[in-house]
Amino acid sequence: MEHPEQPLAGAYFVPAPSCWPALGALALFCLGLGAALAVNAMAWGGGLLLLGALCLLRMLVGWFGDVIGENQQGCYRQQEDLSFRWGMGWFIFSEVMLFAACFGVLFWLRLVALPTLGSLDYKWLYPDFSPSWPLQTAPQPTQSYRAMEAWGLPAFNTLILLTSGATLTWAHWGLLQGRRRQLQAGLLCTFSLGGLFLLLQAFEYHHAWTAWRLTLSAGAYGMTFYLLTGLHGLHVLLGSLILLVVWRRVRRGHFDRQHHFAFEAAAWYWHFVDVVWLLLFVLVYCL
Amino acid sequence: MDLASNTAHGMVSAHKPQGLARWLFATNHKDIGSMYLWFAFCMFLVGGVLALCIRAELFSPGLQFFQPELFNQLTTLHGLIMVFGAIMPAFTGLANWMLPLMIGAPDMAFARMNNWSFWLLPPAMTLLLLSFIVPGGAAAAGWTLYAPLSVQLGMGMDLTIFAIHILGISSIMGAINIVVTIINLRAPGMRMMNMPMFAWASLITAYLIIAVMPVLAGAVTMVLADRHFGSHFFNAAGGGDPVLYQHVFWFFGHPEVYIMALPAFGIVSQVIPTFARKPLFGYSSMVYATSSIGVLSFMVWAHHMFVTGMPATAQLFFMYATMLIAVPTGVKVFNWIATMWQGSMSFETPMLFAIGFILLFTIGGLSGVTLSVAAVDVQLHGSYYVVAHFHYVLVAGALFSLFSAVYYWFPKMTGRMYVERLGQLHFWWSLLWFNVTFFPMHFLGLAGMPRRIPDYALQFTDFNRIASIGAFMFGLGQLIFLVNILYSLRHGKTAPQQPWEGANTLEWQIPTPAPYHSFNPPPQLETAENGVVLSMRDSGQA
Repeated sequence: MEHPEQPLAGAYFVPAPSCWPALGALALFCLGLGAALAVNAMAWGGGLLLLGALCLLRMLVGWFGDVIGENQQGCYRQQEDLSFRWGMGWFIFSEVMLFAACFGVLFWLRLVALPTLGSLDYKWLYPDFSPSWPLQTAPQPTQSYRAMEAWGLPAFNTLILLTSGATLTWAHWGLLQGRRRQLQAGLLCTFSLGGLFLLLQAFEYHHAWTAWRLTLSAGAYGMTFYLLTGLHGLHVLLGSLILLVVWRRVRRGHFDRQHHFAFEAAAWYWHFVDVVWLLLFVLVYCL
Repeated sequence: MDLASNTAHGMVSAHKPQGLARWLFATNHKDIGSMYLWFAFCMFLVGGVLALCIRAELFSPGLQFFQPELFNQLTTLHGLIMVFGAIMPAFTGLANWMLPLMIGAPDMAFARMNNWSFWLLPPAMTLLLLSFIVPGGAAAAGWTLYAPLSVQLGMGMDLTIFAIHILGISSIMGAINIVVTIINLRAPGMRMMNMPMFAWASLITAYLIIAVMPVLAGAVTMVLADRHFGSHFFNAAGGGDPVLYQHVFWFFGHPEVYIMALPAFGIVSQVIPTFARKPLFGYSSMVYATSSIGVLSFMVWAHHMFVTGMPATAQLFFMYATMLIAVPTGVKVFNWIATMWQGSMSFETPMLFAIGFILLFTIGGLSGVTLSVAAVDVQLHGSYYVVAHFHYVLVAGALFSLFSAVYYWFPKMTGRMYVERLGQLHFWWSLLWFNVTFFPMHFLGLAGMPRRIPDYALQFTDFNRIASIGAFMFGLGQLIFLVNILYSLRHGKTAPQQPWEGANTLEWQIPTPAPYHSFNPPPQLETAENGVVLSMRDSGQA
């Protein structure tokens, strides 16, 4: 890509033509086609998925690399900065709606669908079904399983994520006061706590899936559990990767007290993921 | 004052790549807007061909050309392609082209992401069309992809699911771009409450897209999980519920209706004042009406589900909430009429399409109010009455407004005038054959003909024949549009900066055709309601 020149005073930065969007389109095409083939166990599925993932990775590295480079050259000033803030805010809003839909599914099943299936009307169809939550079986049982318990590992995971929110804020204070070591340490703590959370969740999944036989096909309890916690886990993964990038940028001396929106965006995202977990903990594990 | 020359010193002016790279690597809102519009038109033709296949099959009772499975694939893909491939991209394309020009922005806020939004469309549509040739054929569950049908179909359904994921990413990014551009990139002096109605409509539409596309993504992901990963989200045996799919889908689906209608309102609110040579009547009430439609659209989704056995209280709530939407919509219709009242009107093609829009959209709106009555809907649900209703709002509504917009802004986009006589022919032809196609469907629906069935009882034959003839003639008429555009692009008369005497929004204050880069840095404006520019001067910073 060509090096952008210094923009005019009062002008808005419009980037030079870029190959990354086209590569990104190719990547998602390969991912979409590959996934459709793979879920049907057809040839080329896995290969296309891999190709798509590699293209997407290359695009992300290149695209964000360009953005960081432009930022370091001073292309982004107040107005551009505000665009990024609004953009991130609306992106998080779209994520809120995605989670809202999934929570809506949980509410609907628990408050409407399951009580109906357990009501007198359905006794002729599912005579032994009891809709008490956590469900002990599906209406038409496929396997016996054990439900999750809130006050073991999930409570510890809650503590981890809450702590990570605190360490991130501590890092932010370090950045605002120019204490770079505190910034680095705080970021590293947050990233590590995120990683620890994911490891524990992987352990929890493994245990639930194999030892407790709680699988996706275990019925309403299992599927909503994996839907909500799985979606959240993917967001923790993404948030951790973002934090990792921010941490590397800090090590390279990026960001100052005034200009550090990449850090703030990562923090917004992380706190959002935090809040979702709190809702999950209460609504999926506790209640 | 020539603002275009200001940008000659701008940093971006050096980059005007040629050839394929100009389009593939574009960061220019005008180039990307043009690609959106051309792509949408191609998809309109593809979706139109599918529609003509449907009408050919329905020309006579009995099976003529297609087996029922394939017929269902045709109706499904016709709907998906028209909604996600034609109407939505066309509005996004227009917003891309015109928003920066109308509010004085240098480009869209995220120019690179803008290009990604566009270039995700061809892959997604390729996946959708590929599904015709895979084992089991394309998705055949209707565009709503209801479970359990969508859980049972072949791998065409998987391609459809992933295509919808990609389309969702595309439209969310496009919508974030529109929202941020409007919030943050307006030229000094372009106050929110003076913005053109097209900007307001695009803003609220984009908000709706950001709010509901993730919900659709969630719905189809759960279908995917039910299909391949053993879950039972939509299966009672596992504690799921097929009706749940409908709730999640229509929580997306109803705002989606307004995603395809609000930009049309915006376009008409620009075109009518221009050709009535009067300011838009009741501008602020238009803003509030559009906003309240945006809010109400989230509270009415279950009126699509009156036959699913909802409690009577829920039916009443969704019935009254739905009727409530007629109020702000009525405000708009009366405002347009009041704008024309005692105006010094002329009837160029954009104005004809705008007036046709008001007339026919109102018919579609009124049949919508009819359908909102739960007791009536129980009779009409899934019948051709519904098909007639939503084609009045989507073809005579969204599509007519798009034609109006393309004729209206064609001179600014290309520097040439379209051929007026062909435009008039296109309008009258479309108006006539549209009604011949879709008006009889009201009667068919009232008499009980179900939609999405390739065969019908003998007594429905006459009306179906009329509708099929109308559809083929309507489709033929769209070639007039294509010929007009292709001819005028090269041989049209050179357009002046200000081809419409009554147009006084910002896009008419710059040269024609619009220079490759405009408004960077932005001008200082003095504006009045609906984007009317009172004065414009250089910001003096260049």
